Amino acid sequence: MDFDLLVGIFPQVLLDGLILGFMYALIALGYTMVYGVLEFINFAHSEIFVVGAFVGAEILLSLQSAGWLERAPWILVLLAVLLAGAVISGLLAVTIERVAYRPLRTAPRLIPLISAIGVSFFLQDAVRLVESIWRNAFNLVYPPMDVLNERYELTSTIDVSMKSLVVIVAALLMLWGLHALVNRTKIGTAIRAVAEDQAAASLMGINVNRIISLTFLIGGAMGGAAGVLFGVQYGLINPYTGFIPGLKAFTAAVLGGIGNIPGAMVGGLVLGLLEAFAASYMSLLTGGAFGAEYKDIFAFSVLILILIFRPKGLLGEVVRERA
Amino acid sequence: MGSHFIRGVLVLCLALAVGFVPAASPVDAQGKGTVKIATQSPLSGGQAALGEGIKLGTQLAVEKFKGNLEKAGWKVELVPFDDQAKPDVGVANAKNIIADKDILGVIGHLNSGVAIPSSEVYKEVNLTMISPANTNPTVTDRGYANVYRVCGRDDVQGVVGSEFAHGSLKSKTAYVIHDKTTYGQGVAEFFKADAEKKGIKVIGFEGTEEKSNFDPIITPIKAKNPDLIYFGGIYEQAAPFFKAAREKGIKAKFLGPDGLDSSDLTKIAGKTVVGMHYTSVAGPVSVYPQAKQFADEYKKKFGKNPEPFAAQAYDATAILLKAIEASAKGGKAPTRDSVTAAVRDVKHTGITGTVEFDAKGDPKKALYFVLQVASDNPEKWGDNKEVKRLTIAAPAAPKK
Repeated sequence: MDFDLLVGIFPQVLLDGLILGFMYALIALGYTMVYGVLEFINFAHSEIFVVGAFVGAEILLSLQSAGWLERAPWILVLLAVLLAGAVISGLLAVTIERVAYRPLRTAPRLIPLISAIGVSFFLQDAVRLVESIWRNAFNLVYPPMDVLNERYELTSTIDVSMKSLVVIVAALLMLWGLHALVNRTKIGTAIRAVAEDQAAASLMGINVNRIISLTFLIGGAMGGAAGVLFGVQYGLINPYTGFIPGLKAFTAAVLGGIGNIPGAMVGGLVLGLLEAFAASYMSLLTGGAFGAEYKDIFAFSVLILILIFRPKGLLGEVVRERA
Repeated sequence: MGSHFIRGVLVLCLALAVGFVPAASPVDAQGKGTVKIATQSPLSGGQAALGEGIKLGTQLAVEKFKGNLEKAGWKVELVPFDDQAKPDVGVANAKNIIADKDILGVIGHLNSGVAIPSSEVYKEVNLTMISPANTNPTVTDRGYANVYRVCGRDDVQGVVGSEFAHGSLKSKTAYVIHDKTTYGQGVAEFFKADAEKKGIKVIGFEGTEEKSNFDPIITPIKAKNPDLIYFGGIYEQAAPFFKAAREKGIKAKFLGPDGLDSSDLTKIAGKTVVGMHYTSVAGPVSVYPQAKQFADEYKKKFGKNPEPFAAQAYDATAILLKAIEASAKGGKAPTRDSVTAAVRDVKHTGITGTVEFDAKGDPKKALYFVLQVASDNPEKWGDNKEVKRLTIAAPAAPKK
């Protein structure tokens, strides 16, 4: 066993895992916020994420064909694209809630779940249809931005690219902003009140429907921004790209304790790190007997173990008082 | 507005229904019936570029060569199916295909992993399948009488790759990645086995279904620093992998099989794949002198350049039509059995060379190419340089 090799790649794997983990965390927030308020899994969230990625790609591609991509300051371009992805995905999430979930709010729990799965399929093929008509292609490549591809060597074997730094910084800012919003503002108090008890909250003069819409807006916006970051980081998107990250992010939300915002961040990071370490180390440690293809089996086995000992997730599910 | 609107919709529906009636029941006055040719290839999803090329190549050939059959009183129709590059979808389509008695032959598939189970279904009714693209040895090694291909095989293609890596690229170490499909893993294993025989050290052999995040796979590769990375798989996965690997500072040379042979490779990976090599059983249209006219017609009709395997599909269709003609001789009605038997006797000189089948359904001699990506412009995929061309006979069937 090549010990130097195992130690040598450790920081790089850690970094890869962190980036992946932040990505999962951002997506997981959408699942966890909606669950916290409605106790309902919004399975269309992975498509909301993909729509954000497509909005970002479309803007960057049109900037590129207009020749502005090289000339405009990259940080402004990136901010504008993130914002556009967040706004459109957020509005989409609100619309979905209004059209597909609100009429079913009093129905048994499984009914809106099925509606969510339907919306998810609908959005996948809607994106495919629109892009096929618009561009005659639905596998979109994010136009490379030279600044983002610059690499900084930390040591001879470890380096970090600008885009990875951007992902980490953007994710941290968004997570911090959300945390502040929920815990330190009046709106945040209202969201927590609705999560606690809808009837009592409405008696206190809170417009419950508006707060639920707002929750979808924030969760969707986070998902859309995550979609843009995903595109910037990994470069290639198609209408079905969201499925696997969505599933993993949902798992991350459960792992951290669904309904729990810091839990989603912790869950995302744990899952990202587990996956990165499994993929990079398994074949080295087992002499090639188990390769990177088993990374999900390993990561999910660990998850099952964690959930056996902490069934409410690492930080605990937000349990609601039931009358 | 309500009732007016509904009435308007009803009138419109009625008008459409009336308009469609003649089209829905074609009357073929002196015709003997309809002969249908099916295609099966991925028309949606990440591999649709190649799959659509197969469909369009077939379409062009049907339009070009159906004259004789039509003179004999047969109507010739094309029925395209989308196998989505998934085995279960391919098999479900195959069941629909064998249920339609007018279908006398299938042109397809793109993926060996789809072709193998689907051809089990065709075999039930002895329906001919001529593959333009399936290179996995098992496709023909099962010895089914109804299965043919016009292209080469992976047990040869993998060796062509390792010979090139050893002889021309002078690689000492190689890292092999594959996509865990019948095709990708198959060709990767043939490459690995022969590379090791030639003294190339294979320092990693890894399968992955990942499509976007290759970071955790790339990190150990970078630490091991191989001379060469061989990717056994299809461009939709290989392209983002190569791109991420170069961006992460990997300096190894890239090599892969014919699954990489699509303009989408450069569309996705851009300049990171310029200069890399791939082996293929289908040369670019420019290497076949007779194919120029085909490429022009294709471009004129469909508004894009032919993807690899479009020309092979064109030739496969021409062979199938010849066989149907042969079995329709003397006014007989061609059957699935007679067509399947007739294919074996066809000797066809098409745009990709002369094809003649051996007992297993492999072409007696197949061409293998080593090509080099010339430009990061997807429009110029057809200009990729031919580095090497070999004519190799199909290996004998394995002993059972």
